[in-house]
Amino acid sequence: MSAAAYGPPASTPPELVAPPRTEPSRARRWRRNFTFDKISLFLVFLGIPLALYITFVVSPLIQAVSYSFTDWSGFSPNFKPVGFENYVKILSDDTFLKAIRNNALLAVVVPLIIIVLSLALATMVTVGGASTGQVRGIRGAGFYRVISFFPYAVPAIITGIMWNLIFDPSSGLVNGILTGIGFSNFKSFPWLGNIRTAMPTMMFVIIWGFVGFYMVLFIAAIKGIPAEIFEAARIDGAGRLRTAWSITLPLIRENVQTAYIYLGIMAIDAFVYAQALNPQGGPENSTLTMSQELLSTAFQKGEFGVACAMGVVMGLMTLLFAAIVFSVNRATGGKDRITLA
Amino acid sequence: MSTTTTTVARARLSAGERAVAASAHAVLSIWALLVILPLLWTLMTSFKSTSEIFASPFKLPAKPALENYSSAWTTAGIGTFFFNTAFVVGSALILVMLLGSMCAYILARFDFPGNRLIYYMMLGGLMIPIFLAIVPLFFVLQNFGLLNTLPGLIVTYVAFALPFTVFFLYAFFRSLPNEISEAAAIDGANEWRTFFQIMLPMARPGLATVAIMNFLGLWNQFLLPVALNTNRDNYVLSQGLAAFASSAGYDVNFGALFAAVVITVAPVLVVYVIFQRQLQGSVSQGTMK
Repeated sequence: MSAAAYGPPASTPPELVAPPRTEPSRARRWRRNFTFDKISLFLVFLGIPLALYITFVVSPLIQAVSYSFTDWSGFSPNFKPVGFENYVKILSDDTFLKAIRNNALLAVVVPLIIIVLSLALATMVTVGGASTGQVRGIRGAGFYRVISFFPYAVPAIITGIMWNLIFDPSSGLVNGILTGIGFSNFKSFPWLGNIRTAMPTMMFVIIWGFVGFYMVLFIAAIKGIPAEIFEAARIDGAGRLRTAWSITLPLIRENVQTAYIYLGIMAIDAFVYAQALNPQGGPENSTLTMSQELLSTAFQKGEFGVACAMGVVMGLMTLLFAAIVFSVNRATGGKDRITLA
Repeated sequence: MSTTTTTVARARLSAGERAVAASAHAVLSIWALLVILPLLWTLMTSFKSTSEIFASPFKLPAKPALENYSSAWTTAGIGTFFFNTAFVVGSALILVMLLGSMCAYILARFDFPGNRLIYYMMLGGLMIPIFLAIVPLFFVLQNFGLLNTLPGLIVTYVAFALPFTVFFLYAFFRSLPNEISEAAAIDGANEWRTFFQIMLPMARPGLATVAIMNFLGLWNQFLLPVALNTNRDNYVLSQGLAAFASSAGYDVNFGALFAAVVITVAPVLVVYVIFQRQLQGSVSQGTMK
């Protein structure tokens, strides 16, 4: 491990802190230097990216919200405002409600399992080694780290297609192994076609695709913790679980929170996996996601106003999820900033 | 604590120590197998004929069915999709790296009214699901005449990859020392030259890592092409493969489907293995996608 692992010298703050915005010399310099040089730089460097971003990201987002209150069908130029009718319609539609429940289930289960699993694996690889001598990971840590990242390098749609083939009832690997070791009732068990197993199977595939990435992320975060802290904990008699729970977790809290929010956004979307595993929504819509409903409502039924309302519901669910994660983090003590002085 | 108890404690510890190490290795090995086995099985199956695939999931192919690859490449159109993807991802990557670094540079190195606002607007774009924007985006592209075209897809990729790129490079440009740009200004370099000849080369490590993350993200992008690029000739790999997979259910050329999966995964895995160190470093800087 390099010297960087011991953190920056005490004179510089550990994170990138902006210099005070009201610093007089900088402000004065800015006003004085209204040269052609600087103006052209601003126009091109800021103008082009912003124009692109506003046209293709910000404006569609705003339009989506306003279209969600209309009966727009997309192909006719005239449409009229209908108030909350679209929302009433989708929130009383059993199929969409089922999709909301499926996404909510995904958002509760999948991020939790991914984070617990990737944290556990990351801890073993970084500080799980022998508890005498230098603090280090177990042997072969580099190998496990490289292997673990593989699934993230596989395109999500391929992950879905590949596991669809692996879970294939008659020629798949899973049923092959299960019947091979004597569970003959799995001979042609439809993992993705059975109402009880379709959703857990999809969850498994998503988890497989993401654990490696978050493991690498947490490894980096844990390596940023000075080794002295782990040594001190060990001298004080803390075991591995105690160290993980009371030292590692509080110190990488911010990373865990960010990971949780990103995984929540992914789970409320989950389109790629749902589409690859069960494009029709699975048995009795058991794996149907809001995103699948949205696309078919928009581009097959042509009900663009309704589809936009579905998009807004997805956006609100994402915000709600982020709010819950933030407040849980605060409630459990995340507001007390821990600094490594 | 007396000497005897310490020795006893240490002895017990090292017995427990071995147990812990063994179970950690067991867990990690199971995980590694879970990652590698499906990939290897897919690779092996891609060399089997369709009848062999249905005969047994384990048996090795009698002779490698290379025709799977040729039929995936030509009849399934994976070759066309491959070049489409390379073109779209390549162009979008160059554009987003250029525009993203320019925007991040301005936001990071200049104080001006609205700086924070733009920064938070970019940050917001990272948090909101693309799905919210997808329907109006369809019509925005249609109005520009860019719907179902590769340039349209490129522009969209650039716009959606921009927040991540700016967000990451912002931190990087902030960390570069002020003295160097001041020295450049004293030596008579104008703002443009300072950026292209001084700051951009200095940001190379940051640029490399963002480029890799963007490459993976854009190569794997699925939703945007599925919604905005429905002309079969313009398909990119991810959507082409999805279409092929759902059609393979009917004409059952499973061998070619497995081969197509391998063709798609291989370049990404190669890029990953080559740039693996850089990527691990990039993740360590606290950003993710």
